[in-house]
Formats: sequence, C-alpha cells, structure tokens
Amino acid sequence: MEFAKLLESWPALRQLREGDPLGLGRAVQSPRSKRLVPRIDEAEHVVQSVCPYCAVGCGQLVYVKDGEITHIEGDPASPISRGRLCPKGQASKSYSQSPIREYKVKYRRPHGTEWEELSLAEAMEMISDRIIRTRAETWEFETEEGRPANRTMAIGNLGGATLDNEENYLIKKLMTGLGIVQVENQARI
Amino acid sequence: MSRGPLNSLMEQTGVPAGWQAYGDERRPRMGFFTDTSVCIGCKACEVACKEWNLIPEDGRVWTGESHDHTSQLGANSWRHVAFVEQRKPLRVDGGGESGVDTAAEGRDALRWLMSSDVCKHCTHAACLDVCPTGSLFRTEFGTVVVQEDICNGCGYCVPACPFGVLDQRKIPSTLNVGHKPDLPSFGPIERGETKDGRVWKCTLCYDRLKGGHEPACAKACPTKSIQFGPLDELRERADARLGKLETEGWNGAQLYGRDPDDGVGGFGAFFLLLDDPEVYGLPPDPVVTTRDLPELWSNMIAAATALVGGIAALTLLGGRR
Amino acid sequence: MPSLGTSFGRGGATTFQQDLQNADCIVIMGSNMAENHPVGFQWVMEARERGAKVLHVDPRFTRTSAMATKHVGIRAGSDIAFLGGVANYLLQNELYFREYVQHYTNGPVIVREEFTDTEELDGLFSGWDPEKGRYDVKTWMYEGMQVHGSAGQREEGYSPTKGEGSGHGGAGGGLEHGEPPAIDPEMEHPRCVLQILKRHYARYTPEFVAETCGCTAEEFVEVCETLAANSGRERTSAFCYAVGWTQHTVGVQIIRSTAIVQMLLGNIGRPGGGILALRGHASIQGSTDIPTLYNILPGYLPMPHTERYGKLEEYIDANTSPTGWWGHYKAYFVSLMKAYFGEHASADNDWLFESLPRIDSDNSVYFTIEQMLEGNVKGYIIAGENPAVGHANGKAHRLALSRLDWLVVRDVVEIESASFWYDSPEVESGEIDPEECATEVFFLPAASHTEKDGSFTNTQRLLQWHWKATEPKEDCRSELWFYFHLGKLIKQKLQDSEEPRDELVKALRWEYPTHSATLEPNAESVLQEVNGWKTESGEFLSGYPELRDDGSTLCGCWIYCGCFQDGINQTARKKPHWEQESYVANEWAWAWPSNRHIIYNRASADPDGNPWSERKRYVWWDAEQGSWTGLDTPDFKTDKDPHYVPPEGARAEDAIAGDHPFIMQADGRAWLYVPQGLEDGPLPTHYEPHESPFDNPLYSQRANPRRQQNKDLAEDPYNPVDGEPGADVYPYVVTTYRLTEHHTAGGMTRSIPYLAELQPAMFCEVHPDLAKEVGLEHGGWATIYTSRSAIEARVMVTDRMRPVRMNGREVHQIGLPYHWGKRGLVTGDSANDLAHMVLDPNVHIQEVKAFTCGIRPGRRPRGAELPRFVAELREQAHSRRDADPRVEPEESRKTSPS
Repeated sequence: MEFAKLLESWPALRQLREGDPLGLGRAVQSPRSKRLVPRIDEAEHVVQSVCPYCAVGCGQLVYVKDGEITHIEGDPASPISRGRLCPKGQASKSYSQSPIREYKVKYRRPHGTEWEELSLAEAMEMISDRIIRTRAETWEFETEEGRPANRTMAIGNLGGATLDNEENYLIKKLMTGLGIVQVENQARI
Repeated sequence: MSRGPLNSLMEQTGVPAGWQAYGDERRPRMGFFTDTSVCIGCKACEVACKEWNLIPEDGRVWTGESHDHTSQLGANSWRHVAFVEQRKPLRVDGGGESGVDTAAEGRDALRWLMSSDVCKHCTHAACLDVCPTGSLFRTEFGTVVVQEDICNGCGYCVPACPFGVLDQRKIPSTLNVGHKPDLPSFGPIERGETKDGRVWKCTLCYDRLKGGHEPACAKACPTKSIQFGPLDELRERADARLGKLETEGWNGAQLYGRDPDDGVGGFGAFFLLLDDPEVYGLPPDPVVTTRDLPELWSNMIAAATALVGGIAALTLLGGRR
Repeated sequence: MPSLGTSFGRGGATTFQQDLQNADCIVIMGSNMAENHPVGFQWVMEARERGAKVLHVDPRFTRTSAMATKHVGIRAGSDIAFLGGVANYLLQNELYFREYVQHYTNGPVIVREEFTDTEELDGLFSGWDPEKGRYDVKTWMYEGMQVHGSAGQREEGYSPTKGEGSGHGGAGGGLEHGEPPAIDPEMEHPRCVLQILKRHYARYTPEFVAETCGCTAEEFVEVCETLAANSGRERTSAFCYAVGWTQHTVGVQIIRSTAIVQMLLGNIGRPGGGILALRGHASIQGSTDIPTLYNILPGYLPMPHTERYGKLEEYIDANTSPTGWWGHYKAYFVSLMKAYFGEHASADNDWLFESLPRIDSDNSVYFTIEQMLEGNVKGYIIAGENPAVGHANGKAHRLALSRLDWLVVRDVVEIESASFWYDSPEVESGEIDPEECATEVFFLPAASHTEKDGSFTNTQRLLQWHWKATEPKEDCRSELWFYFHLGKLIKQKLQDSEEPRDELVKALRWEYPTHSATLEPNAESVLQEVNGWKTESGEFLSGYPELRDDGSTLCGCWIYCGCFQDGINQTARKKPHWEQESYVANEWAWAWPSNRHIIYNRASADPDGNPWSERKRYVWWDAEQGSWTGLDTPDFKTDKDPHYVPPEGARAEDAIAGDHPFIMQADGRAWLYVPQGLEDGPLPTHYEPHESPFDNPLYSQRANPRRQQNKDLAEDPYNPVDGEPGADVYPYVVTTYRLTEHHTAGGMTRSIPYLAELQPAMFCEVHPDLAKEVGLEHGGWATIYTSRSAIEARVMVTDRMRPVRMNGREVHQIGLPYHWGKRGLVTGDSANDLAHMVLDPNVHIQEVKAFTCGIRPGRRPRGAELPRFVAELREQAHSRRDADPRVEPEESRKTSPS
C-alpha cells in the first residue's frame, strides 16, 4: 500500500514507533546503513603478502574480489608488524592501481621524439637481439694485460633491492652466464 | 509529546541520545583514545582512512605548516595529523631536548608535537540534532554517522559542529570515484558535470564495526597512538596513562574530551594532549550548539501530527506493515 | 656491509626488530627510524614505555628526535668523532665489559710491531702508497701471522677480497689455527688491540667531541654514561642505524665505530643488544645475500678477478680460511656452480671456473656511469631502480643514459630514468636534444608485489614469502618472467653457436616450470634451487653443513640453505605470533643463517655457558643434555662444550674454541681491530667529508685518503673545501634524507594520490638565522647550488635544523629531501642533482649525507640559463682554488716502514 509505505518512510513516524523519539538513531537508519557489510568480508580470497617499501617487512593482507584488489591492510599475525602499516604500506593498493601506472610496452626509436607502441613479444625479441649483438661486438676474452676476462664491459644491469630473491637469483645467474659483470642495485646507494 | 521527557533524555550526561533506542541491538559505545605522546606523525591514519573509505584526494598543496599539508579535517580528510613545533622542553625538568645548557648556548628548547585529529563523535552531537533529513544518526555503537544515501547536502550540520569537522564535498562527482554508485545527482557546476554536495566525515568505520573489525586508522597506527575500544575502557586506560606521564614529568599532559561533564557531554573520540587544545587548533571549551533544540523537535512533531493525522500515526505505531 | 662482516663475521643486522623491546637503552644514529621505518619503530616505543632510554644523535631534529628521551644534535659527517669519543670514554673510565672483551673479542690479540697508527702518522696508517692511492695491509696483521692471499698477491700483500666480498671477515688474516699466535689475556701488552685502541682514541675527549661535533660536552657525556649504565651483565643497549651512516666517504668506518662501542659494552649476541642495520628497500638485504652486485656471487663468494685467481685452486685457496665456517669455501662454491651449470660443471673442468667472467677492482654503478659517459657502455637494463633521481649527481646519470645505444627500463610507472630523452632538466637546458639523442629506449611495465609470488629478505635477515593476489594486466610482468624468458630467448638463439664466448650461457641450467597464461616461472622452483639438494637423490638439503665440494650437492646460495628444508617453503611459514612459544617467533618465515634471529647468540651466555644474568637469558649451555638451548636457534655447534679447546691441527669450525661465539671469524672472536678486509684502515678515525667547510681537527690529512674520486671527470666537479680559496662560494652543509610519506626516488610513491598530497613539493629546511642571513622567506623559494648543479625548493624555516659551531665559526646545515623529479603526480627538483660521486672505498657508496652548497632566495634560472648560472659560480670558485690548491698527505706521503 503506497500511502502506508510513504508514511513509514517518513522519519518522524519511525522515530515514535521504534522508541527513538528524537529520531537520532535506529529510526533513521537508512537502507544502506542497515545492510552495510565491510568489503573485506565480501572478498573472494585473502592473500598473505609483504609490504614492498622499506625493509621492516610488514605483513599485509590483500583482499581480492572479481580478480581485483579491493583492499590491503596489515596482517595481525606478523610478529614484526602486528597488523600495523605506515602510510606507504597502507597505500600499496593505490600503488598497484595508480592512475599513472603503465600497462603497455613503450618504445622510443633512436632520435625519436615520441613513444611508439610495441608488442611485448616484439620487445623481447629486440632486446635479446641487442644483448647478443652488443655482447659479440664488445667481448673481451682477456684484459689488455692478457689476463682472462670472459666478459663484456658494454652492458650493465641495475636494480634488485625492490625485487624478490628469486628474481635477483635469476638476474645474477643469467648475467654471469652472459659475461655481464656490471650488475648492481640500490645496496650501493 | 511533551518537552519533559525529551529534556530529561538530553540531560543524562554521558549517554548519547538515540543510542538507547537500539534495545537488544545496542552495542557497547565504541570510540577512539588518541594518545599523542606516542604519535610519530606518520599519517598512516590519514591514508588508512582514505584507502578504506575510498575518499577522494584532498589537493596537493604545500602549506609550509611544518609537515602538515592536510591542514584541517574536511569532507576529504577524515583524519588530520597536526604538527606543532615549539620552543619548549618535552619534560618539565627540561629533559628531552637537544642541549641541557640550551640557554648557555643561546638555543631554545625544542619539541615537536603531533596529534591525529578526528570527528569527536560527541555525546551530545549538535550535527545530529540539526540534520533535517535523518542522514546524520547515532549508530548502535554510539557513534555519529552521515548516511550517504540520505544526505541531501543541505549543509545545516556544517555550522553546528563546534569543531568544524563537518564539511561538504565540493568536487565534481566524476572525481568521487569510490562512491559513484550511491551518488544522488546534484546541480550542475559546469556543463556535463554534476557535483557531490553531500557532507562527509569519519564514520568510525561503521561498516567495519558491523563486521567486527576495528577502524582502519586504529588498525594501521604503528605505535597505537590511536586506540579503539569500548569508551569506558578507553577512559580508564587514558586516566592511567595520564597518571604515568605526570609521574614521568611530561610537560603539559592533559586529557581532552574525556570528561562527560564537558560542554558536549564528552567525546566518543578523545585525546591525550601535551599542551592546551588551542595549541593543536582545537577549541578549548567546546559547547554543543543545540542546547535549546528539543523545542524545535517537538515543534516538528506537532507539525507532522497535523499533516497526516493522529490516527494514521497510531496505526503505524501499532506495527502494521 | 663489510663493516659488520669484518667485525663479527656476517654482513647483516645482528639482531631483529622485535628484540628492541628488551633493550634498556637504544641509540638511534645515522637513522631517522620513526620516519623511515615507522612500523619497526613500534619496538622502540615499546622499550621506551618500559623505561628504556632512547637517544637520538642526528644533525636534524626529526620525528625520531621528537619521540626520543634525548636528542643530541651533531654536525653532519662527525659521527666517527662522536663514537670514537664514546669508545674513549668507556676505555678511560674502565666502563667496558672486561670479561666479554677478554673472551669474545680480539682485544687481547697482539698486533705486529710494524703497525703504526694514524695518531703517529698524521692521519695515515702504516702502509700508505701515494702512487697507488691505497694501503698495503701487511703491517696491520696480528703478530706471528702469514699474510693471507693468493699466490700472485702474497708479495703485493693487500687484501685478496674486497667490499662485500670481504664482508664475511673470515678471510682470517692468515690464521692457521683458531687462536691467534700472540695473545695477552690481561690485555696489558702495549701492542695488544685494547691498548692500541686506548692510544688511538686518547685524543677523543668530551671537549674534542663537543668541538668537532658541535654538541656540548655535557650531553655527550650523558650519552656515554647512559650507555655504560645500561650495559653489562644485567642490562643491554642496542644501536640502530641506516643510510645516515652508510652514505659517507667513511661510511663503513662509522659502522665499524659502533661495532667497537658495542663490543666494548658487551652488547653483541645478546637480547636487547646488537646493531640493527635498518635497510631502506623491501629486499635490499636479499639483494646483497643473493646479490645483484658486481663483486660477489650468492652467499658473499667473491667474483673471480682479472688481476687475481688465475686458476680454481688459487681462487679457492685465497678465499678459504683454515679456521671457522669459511673453511668450507670450496663446498659453497662448487655447490653454486652445480646450481648454475648442472652437469656441465664437473671436477674435470674445474666446475667451469675458468669460463666465469672476471671483474676489476671497481665495476660498481658509478664506474659504469662514468664508462657510459665515455661512450664505453652500449646497453643498460634497469629494473626497479631510478638512477636519474636516486643516484648522486643525477645530471651525470641522465647524460650518461643519453649516450647509450639501447636502454631497457622496467617499472610500474614511467620514471625519470625512462623519460630523460624528452622530459628532463637537460632537455630544458638544451644539453640533451631529443633529435640528437640516439638512445633506443624500451619501457616495459612491471608487475607489482601483489602480482607475483616470491620472497623478500627484510632488514633482520628474515626471508618472508608473499603470494600472488591478482594476475598482472596486459603487458605487465614480473622480473622473474622477464629474465627467465629473456634467458630462454638468448639461449635459443645461441644454441647452435660455436663461439667460445657462448659456452657459458649455453651451459646455464635454465629450466623452471611455468604456469598461467603468461607462462610465469614458478618462483618456488627457484627458491628450491637456492636451498639446494643432493644431486644424486634430489633430496632437499637442510642446512649448509651438508654442502660438499665434490659436486654431490647443488645450492644456489649457501647461507640460504635450509629455507626449503624437507621440501617445505620455510619462508612461507605464517604461524601467528600469538601461537608461538616466544617473542622470537621461530615459526614465522625463515631467517638466515639456519633460522637464527640474534646471531652470535652464544655470546648471550658467559664463557662457561651460563646466561650472563637471569634478566638477559637467551641461549645457554644445558650441561645435562650436552647441548646449547634457549629461545632461538643457537648460533653455535649445538653440542660443542663451552670449554672445548681445539686440538692441534683442527680445521674449519672445529678450530673454534667453545668460548668463542663469532664462528664465522677465523679466530672465533669479534674484531675490535680489523687486520684484513678493509681498504681504509684497521680502525676508524675521524676524517672530514670530501666536501666540508671545516678542516680536520686531528690531522693534516683532511678527508679519507682512500676515498674514490673522479678527478678527471668533467661531469663531476668538486667544491673547494676548507683551507682552499673559493670555498666561500659554497659555505653551507647539505644533508639529504627521506620522509615518511615518500619512498626513495619517489617512483613508488609520487604515483599515489594519497601520498602525493601528504608531501606535495620539494622543500629545504633551514634555520631562522640562516633565513635571516641570506634573506629566505618561509614558504617562499630558494635556489641551492653546488659545482654540479642548482635546484630550487620551497623554504621551510624551522628550529629543527640547527647550525653548528666549530673553531669559533658557525656553519649552517641545510636539509633536503630527495624524493622529487620531473615525473609523477607531484614533481620538483631532485636534491641528488647537487651531489658528487665521491665514494667510500669499501662499498662504493656516495657521500650525500654531508657535502657543501650555496643558497640564495628565489627560483633558479630556467632553460639554458641554468647551466650557465652553475658554471659561472663554479668557475669563480675553481679559478681561485686552482691558483692556490691544497696538497694533502695522501698525495705525497708514503708510510711504509723502512
């Protein structure tokens, strides 16, 4: 009955009926407020992670729904952080979802004035070709003094302190295999 | 309705109006105790709040106010960390600052106060009293919340708040990303754009509380400067803490908003400060701005009765669905 | 961290963050812990609330100072003077922990007669060679010891291992037995280490400290007394440091100074004690353990060197210590070669040792940048680092990138290192013309931490696994994916190559299972290889004692051996702390080595194996069970009796006595004095920063003689220093730092709206007096300049930035956060553009915590005016200096004994 519904929705009447004569509490609770559920309770799964910023190593809980992160907060189980996070760690969902995050390969040709599009597969082909070529062109079997060198001094690799151990392991292994010795990371800075 | 019972309800100190009506659903009154003596000014609370509540960013303005570039609470900043640089020692005996013989060196003592401000969730909340739509309401946890699906942006509550907490979100709705689905349409500010004119403030993470989780800011706080819990417990904890700091000789330690006898019946979110409230930009003696409001309410109820007729009202009160 | 490595045996924090709660006193120095490690700082606050003293010694009054029970302001770059003063105070007043020093350190060891101290040689140690610009360390040795080194090196006599390579400190200084040959247990012999220390530090009086550091003698003494009162049997004190110490030309020696103080106080290996290195990146410890560094292989095994190690035998011999755990060097190395090359590495081909690439003495990143500027480096891959903003002398880095043939940048946002060719100060000034710039740039979007499985090693050596939460989108990929598939492609393309140079890459074991649509490699399979297994049975190894040198074991990083024990990913253990037996939380993740949280923890018991006190119980000898036990995994052979004396001829760990807790050291002792392994001296001594407005109050040798300079590099000019004309052009001290709200070069935070708004602009912190002196207005703009460049910043006038007084002169210090660059949601000039590339000689770290500058009000010149402005000032300063240059002892004086 439309009229009754209309009346019922009118706060002043609900106030009286629900023992909230001033209409300050339950009587004015909105439909949204009534059905409110914290979105971490609606997550499909929760993943235990570690903060990517400094080396304190705070535990994170990453809540996921529909393949997207819906929230990140501290993992109370961690003996180091006990569920707490600093502003950076607390912002790490926004890090993954930054408005200026890049999702596509960008290519700048020599002397180019603009970025161009390039497929990932093509980029991988081109990069591997350049490594092979530069390496062949600059290979040193030995130093000028005739001591063994087995290397190229024309290629370097930088980065690692923000990466996983497994990633650093593959980097050092591959570069050593390729004779690229100028492998460095932030530990130096 | 007579004004008698309403007034007596209002006069119960320390008990927020509207909370008792929850009956069985009523939960212990929850709140914050913000202990600024351990606040490191990291602003995790500001970010945690924004991440959880999907609050739009609040402008990239370098203010020069020490490390505070948030400046104040508002629709888009529900936590705000104040930074106060003072030529004062941390301890009454002069300890804590650099250089015992600061005077001999021609130096002043130095301390840096930090404090995370938030909505006080007053026991007597004027904002709630003046809200004509019932958007502002008292939850079963005794907290004060703006309901975003009800608020129409009238702004009556804004001047009512003695702390300047309530604020309208004056940004194009396209930027109000987190809350689009529930966004009512407000008048165009430019062609093709609508603006969100609603009022937003700390909800003490009402949704999280419903799910049994602590508010995002308190959870993140690295040093537990922000403590969450039943207000009774927090008050006990705060009293003990103040006693400890006084014994240790901290300069200016005082509780702010803990006392149910103050002008707003005590805060649901109160503080331990290391100087007078005005130093942090807080009003020293906040008073509920709606002390005479019950009269207004009975007027409104009288108007309602005249409008729909007493019989219909009684029928509904009888429980008809 | 060769400082900790040479002092104690391992290059890592000696303790863990949670243990700070047990400290009775915490000294935070060279660190702004509350701002940069806020969540770790909760343990400092716990200690403070339990009554501990928290002392913050720092040039700036920071959020850490605000929380400390005491802040002592010192001059940037004067840390060694301060800490040396502490050591002196403890020694002069007999406040050191005598029993600990006697048994657990090399305090009683007698040093060669030829050793001569800086106090006698006016700022140089014995062995200085001005031609080579380095030390011959022969004279630094223990008495009666052989110089340890490979055959080719013995006559030359300097350290065979360097930097992190020597970080293990186990090279042993040539010890043939666990006990050094000459010892005076009473520590009274004039040439015993303790007496050398006493003489070395005798001039570091409270008055000297006050004058040199710009604090008061009273507050300095208060620090000493507080430390002494909170150390000993019943009480312990901890030190926390970060890059405020490392980023100096004497960085390693600053940390050595603390190591000395903590050894004297008996605070290493004990609960509430230790030295906590606070590291700034999620896995920066991991990236040195499993290094992406030029000079080491996983587990701190030195890379083969062009000038040394011709053959496997020489390499193994040079790096094996007869005593201590480095006695098994060959097992660690051979197991790594098996992990790298599988069946291709065998005893017959010397495990492919001779095919491995060789390094030179310095192939660090700054060397590479110099080579790039010269046009010698053609290709560069950058993964998760932003040198254009984060490295000293940003302009030199950006110019270097513009001279490459090709560049790959992998990051989640387009950082300045990817955009230098069209959006940089040099493009504005015309120094880089996009149409001229020939660098081919590939930007590849990276996956974030939530989009991949893997482990980080945190600041306390704890490996923590993180699981993937969502798939990376579009072209975003993990580094694991990139390097795995890059390796596959290259191997594929070279599979038929007959070229000898391709032999090694063809031999690489490069098979890892993949999953999901993108063919992401399985990260756990890589961790399994890191842990290692028996090559015959495939059985996972449970710890490095199982490693063999005959090829029967495979292990990618010997110090991580055990992280996949029993085939279980130990790093992924997430048992909540409230379900664990003690606060040590042994079942949360996995700490190297062997899940030990406080290392050298045998030192938490007295020589007889009993806790020093009930209050400080941690690990002790259970005589009934005949084993070490306690709250943590004992960092000692579990069944080695505390009274064990090594028999004649004992090798490796069997040569370490039962009362010597530092099992990685050749003598089992912590090294107050480092006879071998450091480039710039066996003891720390005060030198001025490379650029300083003050002269060295101790010696005519002004700065670290061994610091690495680039005197001929046009892109890296230096400001004149005190005593040189022209120094007045750059009269102030700069110190750079980070803020809570941002991370390092900003690539991970300037992209986030919620962080960008919290610190939206580059600013400088100046004292009100300086503001008055040069006319700076709070909230206005300032231009700050050095010989390298000029930047602009908003002005923050604050009492927190104090001037220092020395020699009757007051000098102002200027604080500069270094988070900004041209890209991101908030932009600004980069503080690092001002810095020079002069480095610490041990670790090649730049000095950005103290250098000189000028400042004036207003915004900087734009466009081509900017380099002109910088050049004019520089020429003014340099022309005056060059007319009357200062000549230092380092350039002329030889200190070898005749």
